[in-house]
Amino acid sequence: MADTATESAFVEFERVQKSYDGENLVVKDLNLSMPKGEFLTMLGPSGSGKTTCLMMLAGFETATHGEIKLGGKPINNIPPHKRNIGMVFQNYALFPHMTVAENLSFPLEVRKMGKSEREAKVKRALEMVQMGAFGGRRPAQLSGGQQQRIALARALVFEADLVLMDEPLGALDKQLREHMQFEIKRIADNLGITVVYVTHDQTEALTMSDRVAVFDDGRIQQLDPPDVLYEEPKNSFVAQFIGENNTLEGVVQEIKGDTCIVKLDGGEVIDAMPVNVAGVGERTRVSIRPERVEFNKDRLSPDAHTLKATVKEFIYMGDIFRTRLSVAGNEDFVVKTRNAPDAVRLEPGQQIDIGWLPRDCRALDA
Amino acid sequence: MTHSTTEPANFTGAAPKAGPMLAADGRPLKKSLARALRRQKLRALMLVAPLLIFVLVTFIAPIADMLFRSVENQIVSETLPETVMALQEWNGESDIPDAAYDAIYFDLFTAAEAKQHTRLGTRLNYEQTGISSLFRTSGRQLDDIGDDVHDALEDINPAWDEPAPWYQMMNAGDRPVDTALLDTKMFDMRALTGEVLEGDLGFAPAREVSDLLPRTAAAYTSWAIYTALVDGDIVAEEDPWESVFAALASDLQSGADVSGYSGPGADMLAEAAANLDALPAVDFRNVMVGIDEDWGALENWQTIKLYSPDYTPGYFLNSVDMQNGIDGAQMRPENERIYITLFIRTLYLSLVITGSCILLSYPVAFLLSNLPARSANLLMILVLLPFWTSLLVRTSAWKVMLQQQGVINDVLVWLGLVADDSRLVMINNQTGTIIAMTHILLPFMILPMYSVMSTIPPYYVRAAKSLGATNWTAFWRVYFPQSIPGIGAGSILVFILAIGYYITPEIVGGTKGVFISNRIAYHISSSLNWGLAAALGTILLAVVLILYWAYDRIVGIDNVKLG
Ligand SMILES: Nc1ncnc2c1ncn2[C@@H]1O[C@H](COP(=O)(O)OP(=O)(O)O)[C@@H](O)[C@H]1O
Ligand SMILES: [Mg+2]
Repeated sequence: MADTATESAFVEFERVQKSYDGENLVVKDLNLSMPKGEFLTMLGPSGSGKTTCLMMLAGFETATHGEIKLGGKPINNIPPHKRNIGMVFQNYALFPHMTVAENLSFPLEVRKMGKSEREAKVKRALEMVQMGAFGGRRPAQLSGGQQQRIALARALVFEADLVLMDEPLGALDKQLREHMQFEIKRIADNLGITVVYVTHDQTEALTMSDRVAVFDDGRIQQLDPPDVLYEEPKNSFVAQFIGENNTLEGVVQEIKGDTCIVKLDGGEVIDAMPVNVAGVGERTRVSIRPERVEFNKDRLSPDAHTLKATVKEFIYMGDIFRTRLSVAGNEDFVVKTRNAPDAVRLEPGQQIDIGWLPRDCRALDA
Repeated sequence: MTHSTTEPANFTGAAPKAGPMLAADGRPLKKSLARALRRQKLRALMLVAPLLIFVLVTFIAPIADMLFRSVENQIVSETLPETVMALQEWNGESDIPDAAYDAIYFDLFTAAEAKQHTRLGTRLNYEQTGISSLFRTSGRQLDDIGDDVHDALEDINPAWDEPAPWYQMMNAGDRPVDTALLDTKMFDMRALTGEVLEGDLGFAPAREVSDLLPRTAAAYTSWAIYTALVDGDIVAEEDPWESVFAALASDLQSGADVSGYSGPGADMLAEAAANLDALPAVDFRNVMVGIDEDWGALENWQTIKLYSPDYTPGYFLNSVDMQNGIDGAQMRPENERIYITLFIRTLYLSLVITGSCILLSYPVAFLLSNLPARSANLLMILVLLPFWTSLLVRTSAWKVMLQQQGVINDVLVWLGLVADDSRLVMINNQTGTIIAMTHILLPFMILPMYSVMSTIPPYYVRAAKSLGATNWTAFWRVYFPQSIPGIGAGSILVFILAIGYYITPEIVGGTKGVFISNRIAYHISSSLNWGLAAALGTILLAVVLILYWAYDRIVGIDNVKLG
């Protein structure tokens, strides 16, 4: 991916590796390039090296190998305080001995900014996060959500080139978190800042980001806009990790252009789109999103392969129905149907035929 | 959007309402809160009660006793009750009144019999050097005049040498008793001996006799009480003290008219009165001055008068290099002033020691709290090692290190930094005290600092750096302010320990490096001037409290964190 670096690239990781102990690589081979103004999210399970990447970017950890560039210049040897990168820490790291206004004023003071200019900027930043009345308070006198806003304002007040956020909403309750996701996104868009955002919450990643980098095992598994990531996962890890997913395992029997025939382990045959298969005769894992499964025969093409399924459970969830089926040995095959006026409610024990469009069934690595 | 604007508004607090807030049960909210808090406090009090009692008994009580001792001065009025009264009218400048000589003769005689006069001499010697020998020598010679009178009376009538006639004459028997005299003498004797003095006295002074021969009756009563209740003998069978004979001569010579007396021993008295010329002249002024001419000196009497009240500011004046004079308190002469210098030196050296402890401890505590656990533990052992070694050993080790033929000087000479004939003097002076005490008190600074620093999470400094602060700014503006509670706690601990330190200055301080506590120890164990030691201790306590208060005003005591 190093060759995708263009002139517009603002942040670049080139073959970056990182090891803490000299034995295990925490980051194995990281290549990433993002343009100015992008909101990029690093998404991955805990321990996948997201924070480490962020710390290397901020300058608190050094890359064991490879190069990190900011605005086209390598920053490996630039100390953290000269990188002009704003950072929001998971626990906010608001200085407890300073008031909110002093916290915000701090980055401006160290930049030797005049008093009146400082005050104006602090005021503007506080208003931006709707905390204008709280300048005189100590961080301990604020609620979690308010501290979060202040931490955000502090990272933004000195107009950093790049803002890093490491699970900034992790400590908030669900409702506040959803609200803050929206808020952060709005502010980032308004200011046009470049953001690298770290989270392990896929919904957060999908709703906020321009692009999402899915991390696993010290590598980026896929780097794409949210809709591409969801609809066209490139490998089974991404398919599993993003959204809900049904998998069936089998062997590729035949590849014809952009469709292939897969013979499942139980002997059934299905149509799929070959995305990441090694070739005919190789094992594969096919992935179908629950909402793309069809059991209304009229909507399938006449020559489509179908599978026999038994209804195990029917759950009414308001806007959708969630039906668990037993399909080709998979007891946890889930189908989601929109609660439309003509929607069918299946009964447990009912025998049905299910199918899908070949492009919705992606044959991935085993 | 709408959501976000309402949320902060909740936090600006409810708009002020009219009237007090009410709790659910309709009581004012403030009262309900106070009640809930009171219950909590009560429980807390019960939990600390055992410790509180322990502290009261072992800490507050001794301090109260010390405060009391620093002003207590009953010894003079206990030992010389009559003299104190006789001196009340005296202005301290004019001639010493005769009554004072009368009184002191009998007071001293009784005190000497009870062996209390040297104690008083020691006490007054704190205020006026040399006065203790006056008391000591006088005590031995008070008998002489009485002996002379005794011999003369015996020549007139051998019955005077018998206990029985004396007893019959002085004891009331069926006659009215002078209870006032008896009570006074009982009271005085109790005060003098510090004993309860209970039991059968077997004697009561006859009013008739005490009216006629006041000094004799008083002296006889004192003797009788002592004989019966202290020695446990029978009054009627013992010879009276010589002071009784001297008193009789004095009474007769000052014109007692015995002709109207018809009680027991009337003829003996008449006989003695008739032969007045055969008795030696008893004038107590001459007697006292004859024993020691210093009894004619004004200053000794002034000292007695000045220190006759039960409570005295004398010890405190002494503690600040002042003395009590007949015309008010004044500074002592330059060459006798020591305590103010000592106080100032103690404060100054304690500050220097605290300062050097801060400077040496901060980096160590910083390192401790930032090292990985294994190395931190090792370093912590090194820090604590001094705690496991005897204080005396450590201090003596410094003696070996610092003396002129010691290790440090040897090394400096060997390195050529110091000439052999100008070796540094680092011991038996303030340098020695500062070095040794800094070393000894170091752990008390490091531990509170460490405990505070280890609670400062590393992300604050990272945040500061990400905001553009250099290493130094991040440390100074973000880390350091958060570590101040540790410095405060360590400083208070070290300063208060230093200000009362004693062993180390004693060993390595020489004369120039000793603290006020060394002086206090000296007065407690060597000079036995406990009153002065208590006054010095009280002042030290006051200084610490004042400094503590000032610290609270300037830094704020809630900025101190011990753990
Ligand atoms: N300072 C460190 N020293 C040693 N190992 C570390 C350190 N920080 C992180 N690691 C290890 O590196 C791996 C990745 O950690 P991290 O980047 O924090 O993951 P994430 O943020 O994705 O949860 C983890 O296995 C973690 O144990
Ligand atoms: Mg992390």
